[in-house]
Amino acid sequence: MFGRLTIDSLPFYSAVAASGAAVTVLGGLAVAGAITYFGAWRMVMTQWVSSVDHKKIGIMYIMLALVMLLRGFVDAAMMRSQQAIAYNSEGYLPPDHFDQIFSSHGTIMIFFMAMPFLSGLANLIVPQQIGSRDVAFPFMNSVSLWLTTAGAGLMLISLVVGKFSTAGWTAYPPYSGVEYTPGVGVDYWLWMVFIAGFGTTMTGINFLVTIIKNRAPGMTMFRLPLFTWTILITSVLIIFAFPALTVACAMLILDRNFGFHFFTNAMGGNMMNYINLFWLWGHPEVYILILPAFGVFSEVVSTFSQKRLFGYISLVLATCAIGLLSFTVWLHHFFTMGSSAKVNSFFGTMTTIISVPTGVKVFDWLLTMYRGRIIFKPPMLFTIGFLVTFVIGGLSGVLLALPPIDYLMHNTTFLVAHFHNMIIPGVLFGYLAGYMYWFPKAFGFKLNEKWGTRAFWCWIVGFYVAFMPLYVLGMLGMPRRMEHYDIAAWQPHLIVAGIGAFIILLGMICLAVQLVVSIRERNQALDLSGDPWNGRSLEWATSSPAAPYNFAVLPKVESRDAWWDMKQRGVAYERPAEYEDIVMPKNTYAGLVIGVAGGVFGFAAIWWMWWLALLSLAVIAAAIIYRASDDDDEFVMTASEVKAIEDERFAQLAKAPKNEMADEPGFAGEPAPEPAE
Amino acid sequence: MSSVARMTISPRDAERYEEKDFGFWLYLMSDAVIFACLFATYLVMVGNTAGGPTPKDVFELDRAAAETALLLLSSTTFGVAAVALSAGDRGKVLLWLAVTFLLGAGFIFLEIGEFTGMIAQGAGPDRSGFLSAFFTLVGTHGFHVSVGLVWIVVMFAQVFFKGLTAPVASRFMRLGLFWHFLDIIWVVIFSVVYLPGVL
Ligand code: HEM
Ligand SMILES: [Cu+2]
Repeated sequence: MFGRLTIDSLPFYSAVAASGAAVTVLGGLAVAGAITYFGAWRMVMTQWVSSVDHKKIGIMYIMLALVMLLRGFVDAAMMRSQQAIAYNSEGYLPPDHFDQIFSSHGTIMIFFMAMPFLSGLANLIVPQQIGSRDVAFPFMNSVSLWLTTAGAGLMLISLVVGKFSTAGWTAYPPYSGVEYTPGVGVDYWLWMVFIAGFGTTMTGINFLVTIIKNRAPGMTMFRLPLFTWTILITSVLIIFAFPALTVACAMLILDRNFGFHFFTNAMGGNMMNYINLFWLWGHPEVYILILPAFGVFSEVVSTFSQKRLFGYISLVLATCAIGLLSFTVWLHHFFTMGSSAKVNSFFGTMTTIISVPTGVKVFDWLLTMYRGRIIFKPPMLFTIGFLVTFVIGGLSGVLLALPPIDYLMHNTTFLVAHFHNMIIPGVLFGYLAGYMYWFPKAFGFKLNEKWGTRAFWCWIVGFYVAFMPLYVLGMLGMPRRMEHYDIAAWQPHLIVAGIGAFIILLGMICLAVQLVVSIRERNQALDLSGDPWNGRSLEWATSSPAAPYNFAVLPKVESRDAWWDMKQRGVAYERPAEYEDIVMPKNTYAGLVIGVAGGVFGFAAIWWMWWLALLSLAVIAAAIIYRASDDDDEFVMTASEVKAIEDERFAQLAKAPKNEMADEPGFAGEPAPEPAE
Repeated sequence: MSSVARMTISPRDAERYEEKDFGFWLYLMSDAVIFACLFATYLVMVGNTAGGPTPKDVFELDRAAAETALLLLSSTTFGVAAVALSAGDRGKVLLWLAVTFLLGAGFIFLEIGEFTGMIAQGAGPDRSGFLSAFFTLVGTHGFHVSVGLVWIVVMFAQVFFKGLTAPVASRFMRLGLFWHFLDIIWVVIFSVVYLPGVL
């Protein structure tokens, strides 16, 4: 009945594990309690979880990402504090537990923080940027969200029931095979990645179709805002890269649970198959994460320099080039695993070539700022922080791309420093910049700037203090994933790194305070115009938050920076003579049902409760068949309903104060609505 | 999709169907990458028999040929159903869908026989890396065909109860893409797995 799930799977074997579990359970209860307290269940059920509105789905993704950022950070803080004290002592984390923590930290940050954040930003913004009413497949969008959430849910459950994997975020066999790690940990990892991976693949398909097919009239490919371009290329990468991960996971599942021999040491298995498949996905994944952040930086740089983007075409071409090249470098992740010198030098060279288009981008951003009127709001601060820091990370990456150096450095903390150097400024800062930049679009008020600035300074200073020592430690020869050590020279650096993590903690706190303060003082920071930054692309043409249909009348695009152009031509806030009926997708619980059943399926498969696995598969099949037979999944919003919403919008516009970011009167950002007749 | 276009549908719906077709193509491409990874793994692992049976020992060419015949035939009958759909002949659509289903089910029946036979001989997927790769590649295809069979049943019910409406026809066309795609994959399996294995 319960497969291999027994009472021993509960975390009472260690105080640290039990308190982690308690925090998780209490956190869940607290959320449920808060919803009950505010009497919000009805709203949550009818307007959010069943929603197929891309804006709401985007918000839910980002909420998931922020929660998981916190969770991933707690892991990081535990590792940093352990290593700071573990010179000639055991510290407070036993080895097995430490291994679980670096595995869950990496897994969470990549799969359940960065990926949902990226899907969230894309959902929130892309349809509005291309002048569309929706994504191509709203229902599939909801399925993607709930499958991703199911994966994250399994992650959280692993903290309470059973142990998490100790095999790192890459789960290399044969260590991750049954022979060496027989427990459920690796199975948790596999199923959560497998399930969330399906969600991501569907998101990729959804956005590629949306961007290719749903653009507003006149929005040619070379007028697409840069963020949309990066999501387009990211979607292509997702569609072609994620299958490799799916296959690698499926094979490892078969190995572990059904005695197959793909990656085992004996019986004709070969672990290199896994490593090739994994990095065939893994390297493009790096660009899947970073390209959208580059997109955000491009938008932010030009908005907050009040200038058009320098070198638009070269940025687009560089994005495409990076996308293509990202499939040709995967082997640099295992230079040391015995490929021939020729193979290694080929992949070393290809890796170095990628730095060229990336360099082009950096120059384009700098030249955009050059002689612009730079306004230092938090999103811009994160962008500048990124530009400065990224160059260092890039240089260390070029070093690692040289196979001889990689032989010295691989699996040392030098590598850990390098990838955090890329991924914190390059990915996380980008997403945080996007979060602060587009927050008013999602909620109708701006985030507090003072706390945003403080968060930025804590993050950037904390980042340097936490990760620069790791470069030094790597050169001193410290391997990654060390639980304790007996080399005195390492400890001072590790203590500094621990202090860095503490400063980052202050940054996390500033982010939380920023959110709370902003919500409390929202009336002072209302965004009535829908265009708080004197923006350039079409998402600023809608109200904040946008109406369910985004655009009452689809905009006609006549140039790049479409919204800026409209403002200059004085047609930005024209009132249409009449409105038309708009067909909208109906809300549905089918997406939620599929997600929950997917999560239950994963849980059942992890614990070998095969009856439950079959049952949940049947539920999924039923939900899909039900949906696929339902021809009545849309409703019509009548022209008069649209008119009512739009009238309110124009009344709001009339009240909007002058845009603080537009200095020439009567020009951009100055809403000039005609009074209602 | 010409047949869908022939029924009178609004431009907006036509656009929606086109988007769905495009999305489905993208899904097929992504699925093709899955098969590409499985093929690559198989080719790397054919030699890893770990002292167990080799391809020559376990493949039966006549069974594989019969499977091929059934699947190719089922693609043809699906084509006939599609023609009937364009002609608006519901009865024929149902008839040929049913025939397609039977042929596909025959394929699965033969394949299950092949698999159970191999397992009984001690040539199951847990015997060697080669057999793991073989069962996974061919099994994944078989799994797809089974999903296709369920889809055919759903399609049959939709045609039966709803008639040849535009949404039904649009789904029918995507089922067709899927079914022919599986046919192509099978042809590759036949020529990459079975033929070199027995020759
Ligand atoms: C917020 C501040 C962060 C801190 C203080 C931090 C700290 C750490 C530490 C101490 C390790 C273990 C290093 C070792 O094994 O010696 C680690 C590993 C790792 N981190 Fe972070 N990290 C942070 C943010 C991130 C972010 C944002 C990401 C990705 C989006 C990330 C991805 C990873 C990965 C993939 C690993 C490797 C895990 C493994 O060994 O399997 N980290 N981090
Ligand atoms: Cu790489």
